[in-house]
Amino acid sequence: MALVLNEDEVMLKETAEGFFADKAPVTALRKLRDERDETGFDRALWAEMADMGFAGVVVDEDNGGVDMGFMAAGLLAEQMGRNLSASPFLSTSILAATALRASDNAEQKAKWLSAISSGEAVMAVALDEGAKHNPHGIQTRAEKSGNGFKISGAKAMVVDGHVADQMIVAARMDDDQIGLFLVDPKTSGVDVERTIMVDSRNAARVEFDNVEITGEALLGAGDEVLNKVLSAGRAVVAAELLGAGGAAFESTVAYIKERKQFGKIIGEFQGLQHRASHLYSEYQLARSAVLASLTALDEGDENAPKYCAMAKAKLANFARLAAQEGVQMHGGVGMTDEYDIGLYMKRIRVLQELLGDASYHSDQLAAQNNY
Amino acid sequence: MSDLKQFRADTRAWLEENCPESMRAPVKSDREMYWGGRRGKFQSDDQKVWFERMLAKGWTVPSWDEKYGGAGLNRAQEQILKKEMKRINARNPLPSFGIWMLGPALLKFGSEEQKLKFLPPIARGEIRWCQGYSEPGAGSDLASLATKAEDKGDHYLVNGQKVWTSYADQADWIFCLVRTDNTGTKHQGISFVLFDMESEGVEARPIKLISGKSPFCETFMNDVKVPKENLVGEEGQGWNIAKYLLTHEREMIGESPLSRSLSEMAVQQTGTVDGKLPDPYLRGKIAEAEIDDWAMSMTMARMLAEAKAGASLGANSSMLKYYGTELNKRKFELLMDAAGHDGLEWESERSEEGNLARTWLRTKGNSIEGGTSEVQLNIISKHILQLPGA
Repeated sequence: MALVLNEDEVMLKETAEGFFADKAPVTALRKLRDERDETGFDRALWAEMADMGFAGVVVDEDNGGVDMGFMAAGLLAEQMGRNLSASPFLSTSILAATALRASDNAEQKAKWLSAISSGEAVMAVALDEGAKHNPHGIQTRAEKSGNGFKISGAKAMVVDGHVADQMIVAARMDDDQIGLFLVDPKTSGVDVERTIMVDSRNAARVEFDNVEITGEALLGAGDEVLNKVLSAGRAVVAAELLGAGGAAFESTVAYIKERKQFGKIIGEFQGLQHRASHLYSEYQLARSAVLASLTALDEGDENAPKYCAMAKAKLANFARLAAQEGVQMHGGVGMTDEYDIGLYMKRIRVLQELLGDASYHSDQLAAQNNY
Repeated sequence: MSDLKQFRADTRAWLEENCPESMRAPVKSDREMYWGGRRGKFQSDDQKVWFERMLAKGWTVPSWDEKYGGAGLNRAQEQILKKEMKRINARNPLPSFGIWMLGPALLKFGSEEQKLKFLPPIARGEIRWCQGYSEPGAGSDLASLATKAEDKGDHYLVNGQKVWTSYADQADWIFCLVRTDNTGTKHQGISFVLFDMESEGVEARPIKLISGKSPFCETFMNDVKVPKENLVGEEGQGWNIAKYLLTHEREMIGESPLSRSLSEMAVQQTGTVDGKLPDPYLRGKIAEAEIDDWAMSMTMARMLAEAKAGASLGANSSMLKYYGTELNKRKFELLMDAAGHDGLEWESERSEEGNLARTWLRTKGNSIEGGTSEVQLNIISKHILQLPGA
């Protein structure tokens, strides 16, 4: 298993480091938030990301992508995590692109994958419905209706659903299988409510009231397609958590090397040193988990879904600790809006929850391992 | 086929043919192993056959040069051999502090004469070694050790006491840290010497542990004569060798000792109800420990791969030691939780003489020996995070 980056990957990592630090640093997120931007991300940035090939990182070359695989996607996501860069990368380039690539629907696939690579289309995948991630409990129905389907139900936490040009909706079909359906949010019966989240990023609650779609809108059905989307999403969210948690950790270590109290640099106190060193150890395990899951996805390893789920659980716990220790070790200034550490805590909280938190994945792992 | 693929295929075939069936089961305790030495005894014919076959291949010390009794395998081949042995659960034919600790120190710091004299008997399991590091007043603060070695011309006269000398009562020779100079800082003036445990003035007394077992001793040195040719490296250079060995030891301690997964062992202890462990809180904690265990093994693989690519493990060996031992303690706490009343039995045949309870107690030493967890965290703070005053 490749746990060490190869030359191409090191180059991409360096490019991504420069790109996101330069074009989408934390100050950019603050600006979007303070100006109450209607989109919640910078469309010019997204266009540049498409030009760089980032938008189509896992899209095949025939459809305008660069097809660099999930390791590359993870390296990009890590830098987005480090800089809290807002973009529809997760919703469009990972979740939607993976659903489309797994689809047998050649026409839709070609059309939308090309639109993703070029940056023309923002897409959102509507999976969850309740307060917690529960893909097996999907209740939204897609009833057969003539040659098409009628969709009814309510979705929550549809990332970037407020600006999506097209949605991919997971709904239960007449045979109880879960199908993935393309739905234009402008279709009659679709109601979209933007939900601004704690991290100043956006999702939507979306209601579908007997929404009529054609048979052509069905991308695929069954657990296999859905699981591919979930695994890809979990690994990439884990990579973003690695970046956000890593940046929180590093800025905290930097802070305790500067701050003085009792006539000493506070980093001299063993009470802080040992906690920082423990966090460093967790950071190392977190990085290995992310690299292992991304590699497994790229190699088509049969254990990839398990590794992606374990990585998501591990990274949720690591980044949560990094955020909590970060705010605590920053002391009073950690509670202020002026310092970035609080913004990291907010983003990490959202990422922890997305596509299953640590408890969810621990429970699933136990079930899969028969205990 | 690449050379490595060929090597893997050959190794697999050889192991299949040569590893006796009874040597393919996990051991329950150190005592079931063949540790070699003057008093070493094989406990079965299979054990003897397995040892002799591995010895003939040079695979008791696969990476050492042939002139020192090894097979001269490179790192990739050595990893393949390890993996192939693990694949069939083949037992280590010769666990040995000589192989794990003294050997690497001699290879790096010893003279050619010393290597040729001491390494082959280690490879052949003829001489069993123990380590004389800690003292009653020098535990975590190892460099404050006081065992004195006076220069008497052609030999040193050694006086002092060591503690936590593993299996000193069964070992033939000891590698020992002594103070040859008192004038500089505490790190200066430490030397690394070797001597026969049968030398006049050496006495080892076992220490009984909370597990009821006595793998460690107190070792007393009273006017012990150590020939100067048994000094490894230069006089006063012993701390460098000690640090090198501790780093080496830490990398080893990080490895998980469980032969089966934590959850399999827990299921065996408590059974399942509707396919689940009956205690949901324990079930969750076990799942989390399994996730950490996986991430830990990926981290060891990653760091070894990085080291192979030219980077040194450096202070990260402290991270591996810290995390690995703490995780190991966590896993045995969970196993004791799972075992409940059954895990408390100390003497019954049913409990294999309290095997789980004794092993659980033994793991408490993991985060103390080879540098406590707190010392490892200090090392990370100082050398990796570069925190002031660490």
